[in-house]
Amino acid sequence: MKYEMVAGFETHIELATNTKIFCSCTTQFGGDPNTHCCPICIGLPGTLPKLNKQVIKYAIMAGLATNCEIANISKMDRKNYCYPDLPKAYQISQYDKPLCEHGYVQLSSGKKIRLTRIHIEEDAGKLIHKRGDTYVDYNRGGVPLIEIVSEPDIRSVEEAKEYVEKLQQIMRFIGISDCKMQEGSMRCDVNISVRPEGSDKLGTRTEIKNMNSITFIGRAMEYEFQRQVDLIESGGQVEQQTLRYDDATNTTSSMRGKEDANDYRYFRDPDLVTISVTDEEIDELRKQIPELLFQKAERYVQQFGMNEKDAANISKYRRIAEFFEEASEGVKTPKNVSNFIIGQIFRRLETEDDKEKFDISITAQQLRELVKLIDDGKVKNNLAKSTLEKMLDTGKSVTEFITESDMAGMDEGMLAELCKKAVEANPKAVSDYKAGKVKALKSMVGFVMKESRGKADASAAEAKILELIG
Amino acid sequence: MESKIRHYSDMLKNREITCTELTEKFLSGIDTSNKDLNAYVTVTADTAIEAAKKVDEKLSRGEELSLLEGIPMTLKDNISTKGIETTCCSKILEGYKPIYNATVWEALQAQGAVLLGKTNMDEFAMGSSSETSYFGGAANPHNINHVAGGSSGGVASAVGGNIAVYGLGSDTGGSIRQPVSFCGIVGLKPTYGAVSRFGLIAYASSFDQIGPITTTVEDSAIVYDAISGYDKMDSTSQGRKGAPTVDTLKNDIKGMKIGIAREYLEGVRDEVRACIEKACEVYKSLGAEIVYFNLPALKYALPVYYILACAEASSNLGRYDGIRYGYRTDAYKDVNEMICKTRSEGFGDEVKRRIMLGTYVLSAGYYDAYYKKAQNLRGSIVNAFKNAFKTCDVILAPTVPMTAFEKGNAISDPIETYLTDICTVPVNIAGLPGVSIPCGFGENGLPIGMQLIGNTFCESTILNAAWQYENAVGSEVFKSSEYGIKL
Repeated sequence: MKYEMVAGFETHIELATNTKIFCSCTTQFGGDPNTHCCPICIGLPGTLPKLNKQVIKYAIMAGLATNCEIANISKMDRKNYCYPDLPKAYQISQYDKPLCEHGYVQLSSGKKIRLTRIHIEEDAGKLIHKRGDTYVDYNRGGVPLIEIVSEPDIRSVEEAKEYVEKLQQIMRFIGISDCKMQEGSMRCDVNISVRPEGSDKLGTRTEIKNMNSITFIGRAMEYEFQRQVDLIESGGQVEQQTLRYDDATNTTSSMRGKEDANDYRYFRDPDLVTISVTDEEIDELRKQIPELLFQKAERYVQQFGMNEKDAANISKYRRIAEFFEEASEGVKTPKNVSNFIIGQIFRRLETEDDKEKFDISITAQQLRELVKLIDDGKVKNNLAKSTLEKMLDTGKSVTEFITESDMAGMDEGMLAELCKKAVEANPKAVSDYKAGKVKALKSMVGFVMKESRGKADASAAEAKILELIG
Repeated sequence: MESKIRHYSDMLKNREITCTELTEKFLSGIDTSNKDLNAYVTVTADTAIEAAKKVDEKLSRGEELSLLEGIPMTLKDNISTKGIETTCCSKILEGYKPIYNATVWEALQAQGAVLLGKTNMDEFAMGSSSETSYFGGAANPHNINHVAGGSSGGVASAVGGNIAVYGLGSDTGGSIRQPVSFCGIVGLKPTYGAVSRFGLIAYASSFDQIGPITTTVEDSAIVYDAISGYDKMDSTSQGRKGAPTVDTLKNDIKGMKIGIAREYLEGVRDEVRACIEKACEVYKSLGAEIVYFNLPALKYALPVYYILACAEASSNLGRYDGIRYGYRTDAYKDVNEMICKTRSEGFGDEVKRRIMLGTYVLSAGYYDAYYKKAQNLRGSIVNAFKNAFKTCDVILAPTVPMTAFEKGNAISDPIETYLTDICTVPVNIAGLPGVSIPCGFGENGLPIGMQLIGNTFCESTILNAAWQYENAVGSEVFKSSEYGIKL
């Protein structure tokens, strides 16, 4: 029998606010243990939480960017459970009145992964195991999180990966989180079950907790899918349980079964008042949401005639997209701008992180000046490329490297002169070409380009040389 | 009755006594009387003298003193005081010294208050006699074989025993009003949100309020005016609304409508009922009008209170795990055993009982039957009071159905003890202000109290009505105990 995978995600994303959700401690990652703490976030007796308004704004923006309905009225609840990293023995979260509901994320295939809800909550601290002892670091405690819960709409590892990537891109794009999975600012719990293909019943699901890499999510899902299929095929039953994924062995193992599932005893937090958001406030936030990457990519294809791949590459990173748009302003050939970015500039930004940061030495205006020179026929492509390298090395403008005379271009006579010189200086190339070696022509064109310091038009030079050697 | 705060403040201003002398007198009063009363669990003699010296320096420089400046006072042991042990009278907080101040203490300290020490209470404010305290119960200054009441029994015992001029208690289900009723003094439970809870160690967050315990109504108003106010650290705080309550304290109450809800008088002792009836006569003579009405929703008050308060408590007290502060058990195999043993050894029986009750009513499968239903009924009680205040300005009711019980009697039957809260809990459920004042004595010579309940943020009205009564009956009803310092 053929089986189908059914999966849904619970994704935790740390919000990029400066301060924690209920106090004014910094949210900065790292720091010596227990230095980003105060009486409130370590839950000292008598302290009270105070909700950071920026958290509500960011969560609403996340909701708007994923097509959610935003609740005008919501509240905070206590999720009670006892664990040393949770200093109040309850997490302040949202239970039955989340801030955002009924959204979706659209995959490139056009399929929509529905979002059940997005709610806000506080992160817990961290346990550190050292030399047989356990220590607690509460720096992360109280860092604001949103939890994005999807419907079980995902049917393959590919869809899962794309879903996570899309979420990551959207949240980075609207600037509410850096979504660094390796630092834990984005973490996924995967709910997964299997069913015979064509069935519309849901199988018993397992939950793989705390996945912090897209690669591992893929591997864990493949493993867990196969494990469940094998279990059913051999006459067994999937048991509802919480699993941990071990990347060293690429296996999942049980953390706890259904029987010792927590009873969180949710109830409204009496220390916090109702959260009310007006339609006007929501509209105001809607205006702050930039054009999303998919929308940008579409526009680049239509407006600039870029191919889809280039458009996607440029629009994927907010800073790069902004740089591209600024550099393209008023130029005739935005394609040249995107080529320079994807070519020369991307070569200098190896990792995703580098691209996200987009720390380069020239401004969009400087690139625009260069491209305008190409537009005006004053600089040929090759020269422009080498000049851009120099600009990127030094941060200096195009005028530092190309003189007025360089930009003067070449008249017919000068070109003919140089081509003649090229033919005369390379008798071997001439005979090679005549013997059928097409490449030999290129070396003569190269000679012309070199002699002219890149000012010559390569195709014109080629035509002229052909004319000369008949 | 003359305001004690004004009395001592005048003595300081007139140089009849230095603040250091005054403080030393109270400290020596504590030395003598606390053996009997067990009102204080921590005495902060050094810091008190230090604070008093600062006041004296100010006086010697010829500077003006504010009204509360240099007045020796006390705080219930659940109000956080930086560097001073704050235990909630629980073993589990043994040795815990907060690293921050409660907002109310910041406010009083800024006005030059002299803190004599921290006072006894039922463990985590759970109890009606102060006997669930890890340090043993506080005694009633009118008869030390009887309890001071609870949970703010220590403050009531100290103020009633004249070893503090005033104090701050907290009231979750009657914890200010019940002990002041037992001790024959004055206690105000403010409107929920009038006084910041920041730094008050939580028992039941949606009920808890800090309020003044004093010997006179004017003192109650003075202290209330000083501690009320919006606090950005407490999201549920709204602050005092309107002018200071001392401004309208002595207003005429001719035509004021004083309501009596018949349900409040059911089940109270005859001598208590008789005192209430006498008080009605006093009010009539002052020109007030007595109106009778029914408040049937009151019959749900006790179960609603115990379900909701215990539910919140079960969550609020989860943090005492021995990891970060307070008591930790000696021997354990792993973290689970450490937490389990710490809590088993650190909490007393009453606290455990309420944590278990609260955990139960919030559990899956029981939530709807208990917690949710109680929340709905809370709404009905709120509305019932709202309607009542359409027909009257204040509600007059007994504070406790009886006088202070003998020591040891409260512990023996918890249900019986819970029932004594019947008159006080409705005010907390509805978030209303209530002030308890003395209104007579029982056969056993112990004080009987009555409470004046107002609509939300109407502290001025109830304090005005209370002052007029106090002024009419005087020291025969507002009788001081034999203990302590009288200068």
